Amino acid sequence: MRIPCPYCGERDAHEFAYLGDATLTRPDPAAEDAEARFHDYVYLRDNPAGAHVEWWYHANGCRQWLKVERDTRTHAIAAARAAREADTPAGDAA
Amino acid sequence: MHYSWLSILKNGLTGQKGWTPAWRDAAPKPAYDVIIVGGGGHGLATAYYLAKVHGIHNVAVIEKGYIGSGNAGRNTTIIRSNYLLPGNEPFYEWSMKLWEGLEQELNYNAMVSQRGVLNLFHSDAQRDAYARRGNAMRLAGVDSELLDRRQVRAMYPFLDFDNARFPVHGGLLQRRGGTARHDAVVWGYARAADRLGVDIIQNCEVTGFLREGDAIVGVETSRGPIRSAKVGLAVAGNSSRVAQKAGLRLPIESHVLQAFVSEGLKPLIDGVVTFGAGHFYISQSDKGGLVFGGDIDGYNSYAQRGNLPVVEDVAESGMALMPRIGRLRLLRMWGGIMDMSMDGSPIIDRTPVPGLYLNAGWCYGGFKATPASGWCFAHLLAKDEFHDVGGAYRLDRFRTGHLIDEKGVGAQPNLH
Repeated sequence: MRIPCPYCGERDAHEFAYLGDATLTRPDPAAEDAEARFHDYVYLRDNPAGAHVEWWYHANGCRQWLKVERDTRTHAIAAARAAREADTPAGDAA
Repeated sequence: MHYSWLSILKNGLTGQKGWTPAWRDAAPKPAYDVIIVGGGGHGLATAYYLAKVHGIHNVAVIEKGYIGSGNAGRNTTIIRSNYLLPGNEPFYEWSMKLWEGLEQELNYNAMVSQRGVLNLFHSDAQRDAYARRGNAMRLAGVDSELLDRRQVRAMYPFLDFDNARFPVHGGLLQRRGGTARHDAVVWGYARAADRLGVDIIQNCEVTGFLREGDAIVGVETSRGPIRSAKVGLAVAGNSSRVAQKAGLRLPIESHVLQAFVSEGLKPLIDGVVTFGAGHFYISQSDKGGLVFGGDIDGYNSYAQRGNLPVVEDVAESGMALMPRIGRLRLLRMWGGIMDMSMDGSPIIDRTPVPGLYLNAGWCYGGFKATPASGWCFAHLLAKDEFHDVGGAYRLDRFRTGHLIDEKGVGAQPNLH
């Protein structure tokens, strides 16, 4: 598997570290139902068989966080963007 | 047909023409008392114990492929009960006890071989951690021995004891651990369940659930609807996908784990050995191939094949442990899909949906758990009560804080 890093070009997956699902949004800790929403945020996953948007960190490269869209059935990568350019929701810890 | 030396003799003298299929290729009936989704080891063991222990014979096991086509035939066949935490250790020890009587129980040669599982340690700190685990095992009534370097050398003189980075200081040995023939385990459970009246329905994919109000009252399949008041899921690897059809999100990610087998060799390793400084475990099959594996690849996957970084990592760990395998050729490598749960421990529980029960989240420890998993899941399905040894594997433990995190790495599935 090779990941097309927007800074470094296509690089071997060996250089990257994986964090997981990038569609999760950190809940507002001041919300009424914050406890239940944090449970869902920390523990529950859609875990789709198919397109999956996920965080990868180019640890042995440019050391940028990437948002990668990858098919979990084939490992084919559709897109990779820098996290700072992706539409990351405000306040997301990632 | 009952298997015995007499049946072998009789068929040997009559041209091997008397053997019959080990189980019926059942067609689905309109309704059952219990439906088990997933014809792997756990599903078949559940069906067997439902019939044998609880007297519930009107049971269907529904399998998308054929028996033995999934993770049952993809694991590295290790059985052991060397866990630390109180939620785990009694469960895995009950599994070990069931393994010890399995072949007589099923009238099937599952090639259970208690050849010993040795976990090596490579530092003083790791010795302390292993001593603690060994003591926890003994408190739970399980055998464990802490071996020093000299004792390990007597067992496996060819290990790289003086490796500059990871010298072998000793090991924690469970002599009752070992291996079992993985295919024979599912075949044996399938045959034994079938003989008790269980329908094993292969090539039948569950496509949805039948509902009445909130409750689930059966399944939609590629071979038509089948009704049942109780539906149990035992589809590890695909638990999220099947549960999603019932509207559930699970604390699980699917990851790929690779395994490897070398060309056949003369007897070299008579037990199971694990490397403590990386993740590497190795044993030798009865055909002579070295069977080994390491970490999961570490990213979500349903592909049943992995990538080269982990292959390299496994090979490096193997070389650090026993350099003499350096010129071995690999015969095969493959991948299986693991239910990686958020604390590294499984789930055997009811779900919030009435009528739906869940057996999932086995990470890469599912094979050794097969008998006890079936035992506890059958108990839950039959009595709606938790079995003593599997009672900690609750789905809501992530909400209540009763996590069973053997490795202590937190809610990051690819680190368990």
